[in-house]
Amino acid sequence: MNREDLIAFAFFTGIIAITLVITYWAAKQNTSAGSHYVAGGEIKAWQNGLAISGDYLSAASFLGIAGAIALNGFSGFYLSIGFLVAYLVVLLLVAEPLRNLGRYTVGDVLTARFNTKTVRSTAALNTVAISMFYMIAQLIGAGALISLLLPISFSVSIIVVGILMTVYVVAGGMVATTWIQIVKAVLLIIGSIALAIAVMAQFNFNPVTLFNEVQAQEGREMVVPSPPESLTTGLDTISLNIALVLGTAGLPHILIRFLTVPDAKAARQSIIVATWIIGGFYLLTPILGYGATLLVGRDAIEAADPGGNLAAPLLAEALGGPIFLAFVSAVAFATIVAVVAGLVIAASGAFAHDFYTNVIRGGEAPEHEQFRAARYTSLGISVFAIILALLLQGANVAFLVALAFAVAASANVPVLLLLIFWRGFNTAGAVTGMLVGLISSVGLVILSPTILGDAAIFPLTSPAIVSVPLGFAGCLLGTFLGGKNSEREMEEGIQIDYDQIYVRANTGISNIEEELKEAKQETQTN
Amino acid sequence: MDHRHEEWVRIERTSAFKELIRSKKAFIIPATIFFMVFYFTLPFLTAFTTVLNFSVIGAITGAYVYAFAQFIMTWVLAHLYLSQSNKWDDLVDEARRQAATSETGEEGSA
Repeated sequence: MNREDLIAFAFFTGIIAITLVITYWAAKQNTSAGSHYVAGGEIKAWQNGLAISGDYLSAASFLGIAGAIALNGFSGFYLSIGFLVAYLVVLLLVAEPLRNLGRYTVGDVLTARFNTKTVRSTAALNTVAISMFYMIAQLIGAGALISLLLPISFSVSIIVVGILMTVYVVAGGMVATTWIQIVKAVLLIIGSIALAIAVMAQFNFNPVTLFNEVQAQEGREMVVPSPPESLTTGLDTISLNIALVLGTAGLPHILIRFLTVPDAKAARQSIIVATWIIGGFYLLTPILGYGATLLVGRDAIEAADPGGNLAAPLLAEALGGPIFLAFVSAVAFATIVAVVAGLVIAASGAFAHDFYTNVIRGGEAPEHEQFRAARYTSLGISVFAIILALLLQGANVAFLVALAFAVAASANVPVLLLLIFWRGFNTAGAVTGMLVGLISSVGLVILSPTILGDAAIFPLTSPAIVSVPLGFAGCLLGTFLGGKNSEREMEEGIQIDYDQIYVRANTGISNIEEELKEAKQETQTN
Repeated sequence: MDHRHEEWVRIERTSAFKELIRSKKAFIIPATIFFMVFYFTLPFLTAFTTVLNFSVIGAITGAYVYAFAQFIMTWVLAHLYLSQSNKWDDLVDEARRQAATSETGEEGSA
């Protein structure tokens, strides 16, 4: 092993050591299902804001966007806008009602209103599908990336990341996962600011100089959007943007982060923190990307990895030598493990809390049994994901992430919005909407050029422009054609009184009798 | 139907809750329409036209300026929402008080 590899190993070992110390400390507090899934709801707003950023800024953001800008210019930067604006959908429409209605999972939010096993099972199915697509993408990306950065193979890399995520989640639950995400977010901020400063120092700290230099050396096409081609490619762009801007509001691993804070006020404050960190990070990506274009060169970036994923690490090496390279690589590694840990918790909630505790055991399982189920399913999901990732080695990672966003936008977002805002919504509508959204988004991808190539039946690679309206249509048609109307369901107790849901979602009042009594006592003493 | 139905409805009928919903709708609906239109205008313009290819300062193009404007829009709207929602918290407390006192037939309900 040469000196460079030793430095890299030292940084990786340091990161792993920090995360394991966090896990050891968190394991002492991880004693119940509530601490496993949502850290007991005791995470502070600023902590959650950092953790959301840590959960969200995956390797696709850190390495993928910087690389895409380095190779393609503006069109690489483009995706990050949708990833950020998506938080307005989350903040204005979803986060507070979700915090007010939910407990551990997205299934809990839906069954707060539609208390049937079918609704819960369908919600769990969607969570598992979305989280698995996302997790496989992250693991395959991790394997490819780490094997490029360190002298270990693809399979060994996946197994190392897989074992680590299993240890974090099974031992430390959501407390460990949250703190690992916080550490990762801080490292990512430090790493990208350091890189950006090092780049800007080469260009008199003037971004215009950097942009001018890119235009002068690489041509005008690096600073303008890729030229319009056909109607189909244009629609594909719009479709992708629909998935990006709506998808975040349906990603289970992001939504459960709002259940880790005590109330709606903390949920909204944590999103404000997250938008500053995520937006600030994305604003740096053109500096990192263009910096790599000029200081590393497009040919060298493509030679190291055709997808451009190594642009940021190569830029670090060009600017700061092997130590900076090792630091940035270690940050990329921390990025991956933090994201996969959050995904395991989301998927284990769907299996253990939704399927096992509530569907199979009818919600009657004692606390210690729920906790045990949560840990066993986390272990099972981790092992399953590792095996799938090893088998799917060559799969296209960007495609799997795009699929996760499309399914989230089509299957989860319509049902969540209508649940909160539509009095007439019923159980049949919720189940139909979720299934139509899931089946249409996955189905259209199977029929798309991504899978079928020239024989594609559906011309767009991104299904959202069709599957999101279909998800809404499924909710409406199911409600009007199937089942009983919502008033009847409320009378029969199949559906919870919408007056209650409406007041709870908007106020956060949950235990109405007690809260009214307290408020009365307060007004009397005043 | 839930035996506490009446209590939830009592909150809904308070003037504070009605004001809460009115105020939320007055902010959230126009804000959502605005950011959706503002957001999707960029992909529409870049996917079907080249109108944003002009230079603003040096090699910084109209497309980049529009993209940066989306960042500013996100932060501005998020903070406007934050300041609005702090007012909404007070209305929630007020609705709770009004509903609690209306129970005994005292003044407070709308």
